[in-house]
Amino acid sequence: MTIAALRRLQMPGLAKMERVIVSMQDPDMGIKMRNQRLLITVIPHAMTGNDIVEWLIQKYSISEEESLHLGNLLVKHGYIYPLKDPRSLVLRADDSPYRFQTPYFWTSSKWPATELDYAIYLAKKNIRKQGDLIDHEKDNYNLLHKRINHTWDFVVMQAREQLRAAKQRRKGDRIVIDCQEQAYWLVNRPPPGALNVLEHGPERRNCHISRVQLPENTDYYKREIECCRKAMGRTRVKSSICLEGYIKFNEQYVPHDPIMSGCLPSNPWITDDTTYWAMNAPTVMTPTKLRVERWGFGFSELLGDTLGRRQLLEFLKKEFSAENLSFWEACEELRYGEQARIADIVDSIYQQFLAPGATRWVNIDSKTMERTLEGIKTPHRYVMDDAQMHIYMLMKKDSYPRFLKSELYRSLLAEAIMPPETKKRVFPFMRKQRHSSPSPALLLPTGEPEVKAEDQSKVVAVPMES
Amino acid sequence: RREHPWEPGPQTPPPCLSLPASCRAKMATEGLHENETLASLKGEAESLKGRLEEERAKLHDVELHQVAERVEALGQFVMKTRRTLKGHGNKVLCMDWCKDKRRIVSSSQDGKVIVWDSFTTNKEHAVTMPCTWVMACAYAPSGCAIACGGLDNKCSVYPLTFDKNENMAAKKKSVAMHTNYLSACSFTNSDMQILTASGDGTCALWDVESGQLLQSFHGHGADVLCLDLAPSETGNTFVSGGCDKKAMVWDMRSGQCIQSFETHESDINSVRYYPSGDAFASGSDDATCRLYDLRADREVAIYSKESIIFGASSVDFSLSGRLLFGGYNDYTINVWDVLKGSRVSILFGHENRVSTLRVSPDGTAFCSGSWDHTLRIWA
Repeated sequence: MTIAALRRLQMPGLAKMERVIVSMQDPDMGIKMRNQRLLITVIPHAMTGNDIVEWLIQKYSISEEESLHLGNLLVKHGYIYPLKDPRSLVLRADDSPYRFQTPYFWTSSKWPATELDYAIYLAKKNIRKQGDLIDHEKDNYNLLHKRINHTWDFVVMQAREQLRAAKQRRKGDRIVIDCQEQAYWLVNRPPPGALNVLEHGPERRNCHISRVQLPENTDYYKREIECCRKAMGRTRVKSSICLEGYIKFNEQYVPHDPIMSGCLPSNPWITDDTTYWAMNAPTVMTPTKLRVERWGFGFSELLGDTLGRRQLLEFLKKEFSAENLSFWEACEELRYGEQARIADIVDSIYQQFLAPGATRWVNIDSKTMERTLEGIKTPHRYVMDDAQMHIYMLMKKDSYPRFLKSELYRSLLAEAIMPPETKKRVFPFMRKQRHSSPSPALLLPTGEPEVKAEDQSKVVAVPMES
Repeated sequence: RREHPWEPGPQTPPPCLSLPASCRAKMATEGLHENETLASLKGEAESLKGRLEEERAKLHDVELHQVAERVEALGQFVMKTRRTLKGHGNKVLCMDWCKDKRRIVSSSQDGKVIVWDSFTTNKEHAVTMPCTWVMACAYAPSGCAIACGGLDNKCSVYPLTFDKNENMAAKKKSVAMHTNYLSACSFTNSDMQILTASGDGTCALWDVESGQLLQSFHGHGADVLCLDLAPSETGNTFVSGGCDKKAMVWDMRSGQCIQSFETHESDINSVRYYPSGDAFASGSDDATCRLYDLRADREVAIYSKESIIFGASSVDFSLSGRLLFGGYNDYTINVWDVLKGSRVSILFGHENRVSTLRVSPDGTAFCSGSWDHTLRIWA
């Protein structure tokens, strides 16, 4: 694999940028290049910043803002360089002249830049400017002089040779070559504080690059084959049915989506008014209409809301099946609980809910009960899964539909509040005072880990919602 | 006259015969046998994958954007930066929301982990990790602890304390131990369990108190970069994405891979479940985001544009799942209409890569973190 191909793999954006650059230079569909005047010199094959922005707008059907942003990326990565003010790799949407960088200096071709090349470049500058380099270049020059001192004669010789060869070229060519080189070094050795586009995160052990190092032994492929075989046997649902699901979900939830539909009285982030949060706190006296409505979308919505779950408990008490909810909560505590406490929790569940004559005995079918009681002999985190699922389904299929039809739920809906929209402030600069709220980390009592775990587990048994 | 046995002559000798004698001998015994088995397994895997794609295609009778034609188009979209959190001295790599809908934890390249009340922009806690590139951080469901890790190959849990006399680092618990960098971590439904993803190619479930490994998940062929827990009411599954371009769905109890998707053309940087739990989205270095449906068992949408050149580093859905927000390596945030497949808006503001993006728990805003050292809250 060539270095260029490797770089393009590590920075996938480079290959795409290069494709854009190539199509920008297409003789028919690309940018119309002309001679640009730089003071008294004429530079051939150049274009204006405006040309670039316009071309991008046309080619990709994007706004001027996006086009300027994209164009700037091309310039910052060194694929296009400015002729006027060449030290600043910025795209200006005016008649400033720009040119395409020669592929020799493309980021994918000549990366990483070598110390030797940089030394020669700085040496040339140093000679031309008679020692008057700008700060960071002066620092780098001195650093390199120390580091590769042994080859310094070679460096100076190369620098002199390149300068001599350059003097023999036309002024126009000399300017272009200087700008090309300068742009390359601005990308590869950005001044301190400037954006470094070549920065990347920690090395990833990409499978293309380190094929040799990967443990691609027979186990890996055996697992893949196993996974594939299982997948082949899966029941799949027709796309038309699945996708209908999104439409329905969208219809139900969009009115509840603050970003899509706003929220009443107002979005706290926009108006600095936290009333919305106060009205929707986990435990309020009167919940909002939207919130109570949402409990009707699905059993998990009711169960997942602190207030909703409380109402469900009230309802189940009336039906003398409150132990189902308690049992489910206890099973959640087991599933997500501390490893060291598993045996204790299992025992506690058994005593409270499963033992013959237990005070809060749950009614599960005999087969599941048998299996569970057997499993308890060697308690583990998932030993209650079957029983928990059975009770969950009972609540979902049986109690929940009755809850939604109940007097309790209907009155909750009727009493639920619908907050009025906050009027827009007339004087936007009079910002409301932003009050802090108590951190959840402060709310727990310090000390007893027992209390902590119990409290935490109460917060725990709330199914994850996005 | 041929001087060397591997010079091409009128009859080119078979490859193995042209190798030096020592090598040939070794291959003749075990080496050759292993290579054949590995090659044949690989071939079997490839052909099975091909057949699986054929099976998946059989039930694909309509495209998402076709079904979505009757859905009302979105109006003008306006979202602005409402808060800018400045305080990190280096690239922000990860962030997570607290369940209280306003606090967040963020981590950066220089090892600093900060807890903010993003509404007031006050910093409430700060701890410096003993390593750089803290690529993962998570808020505990109770709001009383945070977890983080990175190049130290570990995931550590810090209880949050307001006690002035206590040093946060003193009560630190070292929970997860991987053999390569930690790329992602998340608490499950309690403060007592953590799920991790690592550059060592595995995911793992840990008991926080004891540090015990509860389950490990093997199957990725390269670094795992991201994970997300399913919002399922009954299930116990999660999805992970990696440098092997695969997104894999796992059963947390058994450690088995349930489903696997391989349609991206480059590393998958981010995975996030659709709010119903029936699908998940992914963001990749191939500059696309994709939607995978779990019941149809296939990719059902691609979110891409020719003008988007750089990879998506982080994705998340709005509360209803109608919008998909993607933070990209070209410093922008693209907002996608999940159903219609079109781009709704592009948000500018960050001055370097957007590395992390999460929608708040109640969907009122989203937070983006960037290599420009800042975090922004958008609403």
